[in-house]
Amino acid sequence: MEKNSLQEENLTPTKEQKFWMYRNMLVSRFLEESIEQIYLEGKKPVFNMAAGPIPGEMHLSNGQEPCAVGVCAHLQPFDVVTATHRPHHIAVAKGVNLNKMVAEIFGKSTGLSGGRGGHMHIFDADVNFACSGIIGQGMGPAVGAALSRKMQGKEGVGVAFIGEGAVNQGAFHEAMNLAAVWKLPFITIIEDNQWGISVAKSESTAVPDNSVRAQAYGIPGYQVRDNDTYEIFRVAGEAIERARKGGGPSLIEIETYRLAGHFMGDAEGYRPPGELDGLKAKDPINVMRARLGSEEGLTDEQNDRIVAEARATVDAAVNFARESAYPSPEEALEKVFV
Amino acid sequence: MNEQVTTVAANERRLTIARAMAEAIAQEMRTDPSVFVMGEDIAKLGGVFGNTRGLLEEFGNERVRDTPISETAFMGAAVGAASDGMRPVVELMFVDFFGVCFDAIYNSAAKNAYFSGGNVKVPMVLMTSTGGGYCDAGQHSQCLYATFAHLPGMKVITPSNAYDAKGLMTSAIRDNNPVIYMFHKGLQGMGWLGTEPGATVHVPEEAYEIPFGKAAIVREGSDVSIVAVGMGVHHSLKAAAKLAEEGVSAEVIDLRTLVPLDRDTVFNSVAKTGRLIVVDEDYKSYGVTGEIIATIAERDVSILKASPQRVAYPDIPIPFTRPMEQFALPNPDKIISAYHNLKRARTWRWL
Ligand SMILES: Cc1ncc(C[n+]2csc(CCOP(=O)(O)OP(=O)(O)O)c2C)c(N)n1
Repeated sequence: MEKNSLQEENLTPTKEQKFWMYRNMLVSRFLEESIEQIYLEGKKPVFNMAAGPIPGEMHLSNGQEPCAVGVCAHLQPFDVVTATHRPHHIAVAKGVNLNKMVAEIFGKSTGLSGGRGGHMHIFDADVNFACSGIIGQGMGPAVGAALSRKMQGKEGVGVAFIGEGAVNQGAFHEAMNLAAVWKLPFITIIEDNQWGISVAKSESTAVPDNSVRAQAYGIPGYQVRDNDTYEIFRVAGEAIERARKGGGPSLIEIETYRLAGHFMGDAEGYRPPGELDGLKAKDPINVMRARLGSEEGLTDEQNDRIVAEARATVDAAVNFARESAYPSPEEALEKVFV
Repeated sequence: MNEQVTTVAANERRLTIARAMAEAIAQEMRTDPSVFVMGEDIAKLGGVFGNTRGLLEEFGNERVRDTPISETAFMGAAVGAASDGMRPVVELMFVDFFGVCFDAIYNSAAKNAYFSGGNVKVPMVLMTSTGGGYCDAGQHSQCLYATFAHLPGMKVITPSNAYDAKGLMTSAIRDNNPVIYMFHKGLQGMGWLGTEPGATVHVPEEAYEIPFGKAAIVREGSDVSIVAVGMGVHHSLKAAAKLAEEGVSAEVIDLRTLVPLDRDTVFNSVAKTGRLIVVDEDYKSYGVTGEIIATIAERDVSILKASPQRVAYPDIPIPFTRPMEQFALPNPDKIISAYHNLKRARTWRWL
């Protein structure tokens, strides 16, 4: 899949870039839909997180795909990305090995970490991707990667994806200041899905728009409204280009939608009635498909083919994971030190 | 997130640990206006693990506060409020998150009484979930009992059943010192975490205290002492039941509080049985198991008929995948093997 050249002159996506983004959104969504189904295997009629082929907590990214593709369309494998407890869409767009990632989510020996990490601890060193389950934790390491590239004189930027809830962590503010004072090639992407578990942004955050916080560090801040894939592409392109040229860090907050619960099993009693239906009506995948239809003449047959390919990619990864063996229990004792 | 309250007999109230905790907090809030609760998702949601359910409805959002995801700030705020006449009950959702706010806990809450020569009190309760067994991997499954118990200035409690959970919570809120209240997710009574039924027991309605530093002998025996906390108590009781089928009489001790630690009860039990197994879901090295064994070794090693055994978490980060996690966790079978190892071990020669 072609996506981009490094020298971005025009910040509207090319046809290739649009299709690249659309395909990755589809792969990401189909992945989440598959995981959703498989996760529930063994968990009915009694929902017990420990049961089934995919146990543990599961945070799905349905609806947040534009943030991942709009940013990662400008990134190369050598660029460093840190993500959160809700990592799948970003991992897909960053080019993490899908078979190995799904195998990791299943806890299989063929997984990226041989089953030690699971869904909240996806590490793919080949494409410089990592994520973690502690809110705000990715900020420091992404700044550190940016520092390392600068010190080594090597190409590459550090990008930290975080949720809007993480902006209230001390780690966010300290990392932003550090990146700014050292003028590092660093970008933070705030995926604002309005909710930190059951707590609304308006009840936890003193300002409605976190992009204003950029002023406190003397760096550019952007806010993208309404989960707009092209607008994300445009501002991320600008920020990443500036970072590559030595212009220092930027902050981007994206208004996005969480179309699933916080984690699987979440009854979502805190959501105002009707909110979810309203968001589903604006499903970014449908928006993207309509745009490709009107702008690039995407026909139904072409779309069917793209959809089928994306589904096949996901199905192959799921089959790979299902057919892989579990690691032997004693392997738990390995890899503590390397 | 369903929990069950079952009424068996007319005057029996079987409560989950989650319900028992919430009841104790509510009762203290009714009588003491300085008690308030804060933490992530504790208000509208009633806590991810159910232990603050109903509090928002009864006391309102002035006293039951959802916080931003800002542990550094709200843990520090708990310390400040506690030193200024309030009695905060603050939740750290998973103990694994302590890294974000540990300075306020161990350098401030735990030390201010001492630094001030006893003039400043920090009467706060930090309640936090511990434990794994449901594949939540290495940042959501730890126990970290010893991490807190190691550092002076904090009381550390680990209830294994709802009766203790309520009484210990009441004592914790009334205590003038920082209390770390560590509840195990697998005992909480939340069906979605596959709860241990033995933790759901009769709980009296009226408020009562359970004193700190008093271990409970939850099963009497004469051949071996099994010392445990939290989930380990239930593993130990299951192991003891199986050992009984082999004709072995095991005594099970639930420490209930790690700080203060009831060394006398442990010592007296081992003096009687001559054999010791310590069970802990926290990491093996530098932890509860070593401390209990040291208690005996220091006081009178001659009471031991064989080398003590420990069943603890190996010194590895907690793996996600089920086979690895189950391999690493303590369980009744491991306790039974520990007993057999202990029997095989040489008895002391020099006596
Ligand atoms: C330090 C820390 N505190 C609390 C949590 C528990 N927690 C997990 S996800 C979450 C909400 C995060 O909200 P946000 O950052 O907006 O991301 P979203 O879940 O909406 O993607 C919380 C509080 C955690 N994992 N780490």
